[in-house]
Amino acid sequence: MIITLSWLKDHLVTNANLEKIIDKLTSIGLEVEGIKESQGELSAFKIAKVLKVEKHPNADKLKLCEVSLGNSKTFKVICGAANARDGLVTVYAPPGTTIPKTKMKLKVAKIRGVESHGMLCSGSELNISDDSNGIIELKKREKDIGKNYFKNKGEKLIDLSITPNRPDCLGVRGIARDLASAGLGKFSNLKKIKFKQNFSQPIKISIKKDKYQGCMSFGACYIRNIKNKESPKWLKEKIISLGLKPISAVVDVTNYVMLDLNRPLHAYDADKIDKEIIVRNSKPEESFEALDGKKYILKNNMCVISDKKGALGLGGIIGGIRSGTEFETKNILLEAAYFYPSSVRKTANTLDIDTDAKYRFERGIDPNSIKEGLQLATELIIKICGGEASKFSVVGKSTVKNRSIEIDNNKFRKVIGIPISSNETKKILNSLGFKTKVSKKNFKVEIPSWRPDIKQDIDIIEELIRIKGFDKISLIHPERKRSKETLNFKQKLFHLSQRAVASKGYLEAVTWSFTDSRVDKQFSQGKKEIEITNPISSDLNVLRRSIFSNLIIYLKKNQDRGYPDLSLFEIGPTFSGNKPGEQQVVLGALKSGVSNRKSWDSKARNIDVFDVKADAIKTLVELGINEYDLYVSNNTHDYYNPGRSGSVNFKSPNGPKLASFGEIHPGVVSNVDLKEGNVCGFEIFLKNLPEPEKKYRLTKRNYFVSEFQKSERDFAFVIDKNYKAGDIQKIISDVDNSLIKKVLIFDVFEGENMPEGKKSIAVNVTIQSMEKTLSEKDLNEVSQKIINIVKTKTGGTIRS
Amino acid sequence: MVDLRELIQKVSQAKDKLELQNLKSQFLGKNSQINQEFKKLGSLNENDRKIRASSLNNEKQKITEAINNKLKELENLEINQKLQKNKVDVTLPARERPNGKIHPVSQVIDEISSIFSEIGFSVAEGPDVESEYNNFTALNTPEDHPARDMHDTFYLDKNKKILLRTHTSPVQIRTMLSGKAPFKIIVPGRTYRCDSDQTHAPMFHQLEGLHIDKDITMGHLKGCLDYFVKEFFEVKKIRMRFRPSHFPFTEPSAEVDIGYRLENGRIIVGEGDKWLEILGCGMVHPNVLKNAKVDPKKFQGYAFGMGIDRLAMLKYGINDLRSFFEADFRWLNYFGFDPLDVPTNYRGLSR
Repeated sequence: MIITLSWLKDHLVTNANLEKIIDKLTSIGLEVEGIKESQGELSAFKIAKVLKVEKHPNADKLKLCEVSLGNSKTFKVICGAANARDGLVTVYAPPGTTIPKTKMKLKVAKIRGVESHGMLCSGSELNISDDSNGIIELKKREKDIGKNYFKNKGEKLIDLSITPNRPDCLGVRGIARDLASAGLGKFSNLKKIKFKQNFSQPIKISIKKDKYQGCMSFGACYIRNIKNKESPKWLKEKIISLGLKPISAVVDVTNYVMLDLNRPLHAYDADKIDKEIIVRNSKPEESFEALDGKKYILKNNMCVISDKKGALGLGGIIGGIRSGTEFETKNILLEAAYFYPSSVRKTANTLDIDTDAKYRFERGIDPNSIKEGLQLATELIIKICGGEASKFSVVGKSTVKNRSIEIDNNKFRKVIGIPISSNETKKILNSLGFKTKVSKKNFKVEIPSWRPDIKQDIDIIEELIRIKGFDKISLIHPERKRSKETLNFKQKLFHLSQRAVASKGYLEAVTWSFTDSRVDKQFSQGKKEIEITNPISSDLNVLRRSIFSNLIIYLKKNQDRGYPDLSLFEIGPTFSGNKPGEQQVVLGALKSGVSNRKSWDSKARNIDVFDVKADAIKTLVELGINEYDLYVSNNTHDYYNPGRSGSVNFKSPNGPKLASFGEIHPGVVSNVDLKEGNVCGFEIFLKNLPEPEKKYRLTKRNYFVSEFQKSERDFAFVIDKNYKAGDIQKIISDVDNSLIKKVLIFDVFEGENMPEGKKSIAVNVTIQSMEKTLSEKDLNEVSQKIINIVKTKTGGTIRS
Repeated sequence: MVDLRELIQKVSQAKDKLELQNLKSQFLGKNSQINQEFKKLGSLNENDRKIRASSLNNEKQKITEAINNKLKELENLEINQKLQKNKVDVTLPARERPNGKIHPVSQVIDEISSIFSEIGFSVAEGPDVESEYNNFTALNTPEDHPARDMHDTFYLDKNKKILLRTHTSPVQIRTMLSGKAPFKIIVPGRTYRCDSDQTHAPMFHQLEGLHIDKDITMGHLKGCLDYFVKEFFEVKKIRMRFRPSHFPFTEPSAEVDIGYRLENGRIIVGEGDKWLEILGCGMVHPNVLKNAKVDPKKFQGYAFGMGIDRLAMLKYGINDLRSFFEADFRWLNYFGFDPLDVPTNYRGLSR
């Protein structure tokens, strides 16, 4: 909502300056979004002098004008107008200006080979008259050269952001009332308006008793024998200043009343109405051509204003072309109606129409403002266009009784924390138009009809503190007391895993929760896509089912910037369905390229599965899981290289899946078109991490270390090629948990000197007793036991 | 007589270990002068022998000492010569240690959690996919409410019943429905609006706060936010103003501005004369409490919501919201935080 200071002063007697008014508006909840110097575009039009006119070298009818804005600089402008001549003072539009009539933006352009810097304007091009016979001629304006042509320059426009609960402030008068209440002046009474109304309104109007009828009341005035014309300058400027386009006196007046009183009106050309007005529900497939030039096909139960022929307008939203007023219009029917907000909103949303009337009706206008609106509009029309007005007719509910609310006297203090006197309460509420009746225990408030937002006592409390001022509330310092843990187990895991992975050299990314379905498909084969009905773009059209979907897109973007060696991770939701809760927190990390690239002392090597395995395992251990409980298998997902990837489960292959890791499948890499194709990744599924029954510190066993000597023994087993090293490690550990402290695999090879299908695994075993120094004999016994058990469990033999 | 001075002089002038070895056998060996002197001891009477022996031993010890010292000196020299040969250029690059970083949004969430933890708030969460009911209706925003237009909502179904939450407020409803008053929670999380330009991203982060108890007033709300803003920006004095506003789920509602000034194009929060809007808040609307099965006659309290990304931008001088989500390696490196830089109250929030 835009207002001007001068318009505001039509309703508010005040000496306050602009700055004060702006501050007050903001402090009572009418947020000032900005102050503009007159209506943007229009301030670009300057009064200018044509210094010299020459003939265009390449066109007979065009002239080359040298134009001055009063300083030393001049502009070359090409003009076709016959009246362009030396010394003429006219209106100049510089390049970049939008011409109101054509809506074309001016550019510096060559016309027949000569550049033109801007344009000299006719009255018609500026939408201020129909005169297109040559450019504007300004007489005795030499002193204004260089100044803005449109007068409201200097007039500051206050752009207000009116919250949806305050429809009353969508009219200048409502804003004035609030300011007056806040002590910034005196709210003016409405002028008494009198004009003759000697005949009854001749057109029959009825509101049909339809179910869901969207119209509550319909007031009208018939004005005959008018001469519609251009609005006078004061009205035009008001309309322009608030961002609307002047059309004709009749239309401008209805718009003026809407902006002034928040009372939308509609004017019909009465001679185009077929017999009578019927307010009814639309019929399915009924069509209607609106003033915006579009044809709408209506659905059931939309509120239409119709005559015998059919729909004339959509109630409270937009009028129709068939009954629109023109300059030739002789007789008009003025409509001032009340339409229910939900009906207006529903219809407008379904048909996707947005108009100033709709914006007001859906927020709720004053149902008792019908007469007020008709009076002001009729008076202005008669004044400007002449004619005679009928008596007003109103069908439907003519007035709505004001609602009342009772409020406990202590409620204000209870909610706000500070007291308020009953005098102040009365003063504030009365100045806002509420009637109050105070008793010992409570007060009764009658709500004015223009405040549909006030529904219960708390709304009154808000009015009071809003006007009293939030700065009056004394703050109560918070107590530094904590009775509940800040984070639960899963939240702690989130926090820990984030920092654990970052500490391994990964950069944390935060990407959208939605992604490109073509990429998402790479990581979620066979599962159902989760589509967004209205995505912002076709490459962000589904909810991600994997962290990798977005991460790989950004990996690619970074690679394309020339960074092939990257480690990125993200922790956040992945989705498995489109119902609330069908999501889980996953940490996904990708690592690409080469380690030690261009290093002076280490050999460069490709990142591989064991890099990401190490990161995954180390992270899980840092998250509090005993390394012994991590069961690694080569179970894998199809977006990993099947031979170079695996899973980590809790305790057994069938235990909860904690993580997966591996090389990203070359097929996926080529589908995403990565420059550096060597990419590995891992994922940690936080929801599967078991919550320990006891606090981590309580799960620590008593501290025992052996004081006796430890011994190491090396073994080399020849074993089936497919046998997993991890399993052998586990088997050896389990041979005797009290003696075997550590099992390391330090060599694996196959090929030369190895039987077909076999490999050699070399294992280093640390043996130590808690009770004594082990003798050679003891050690041999353990060694033999290891050899035997490995043999029976794996078929592997000791290599001699 | 042995000329001790001369011997020691010779030892000290030895050029290498070989020469020193020769000197050693010359001065202390079988045929050395001192050895000859020892042999002569037998011919002396007891008294003289004692005196002579003591002085000879003394001399011998001094020579031995001189030789040993020289030997050590030569050995050191030798080692140092060797070390000189193995010298490396220490200005060569150190071995690579990968540097990970924490995203500014995560860091700021940790900072915020730490601040609110001090005054007894717990962290609550809710799903990103929400029902239309929890996101709007339960929050006193019925279907025909124009406030819905202010949220450009992503929908997941044709009937517009399932959506991506447009704010973290539905977690208020979930928390209250699943527990018993009092409630004191903050909710950091992802939120979504189908709006995308320089200053809007289709996804952003919000922080919701909710405190419901028997007698929580707007005074408490003011105190809580005053505490938070000062802690977060790590500034003792910040101008702050509450402006009336409207949110369907709070009544009265307010927007909060803080003071700032510009210094070299950077926003300095504090006592400057400009205002910057940072959050919305208010007293929880009784209809919301009713919808969440909390008796508004017994309980009341406040709620607030703020943009985490914006807070991060303000505090750390980041200009472009969209860059938060573009995972540009250079940006992450530049604005990211060291993983060991965990915000805590005793250490301070930021380094």
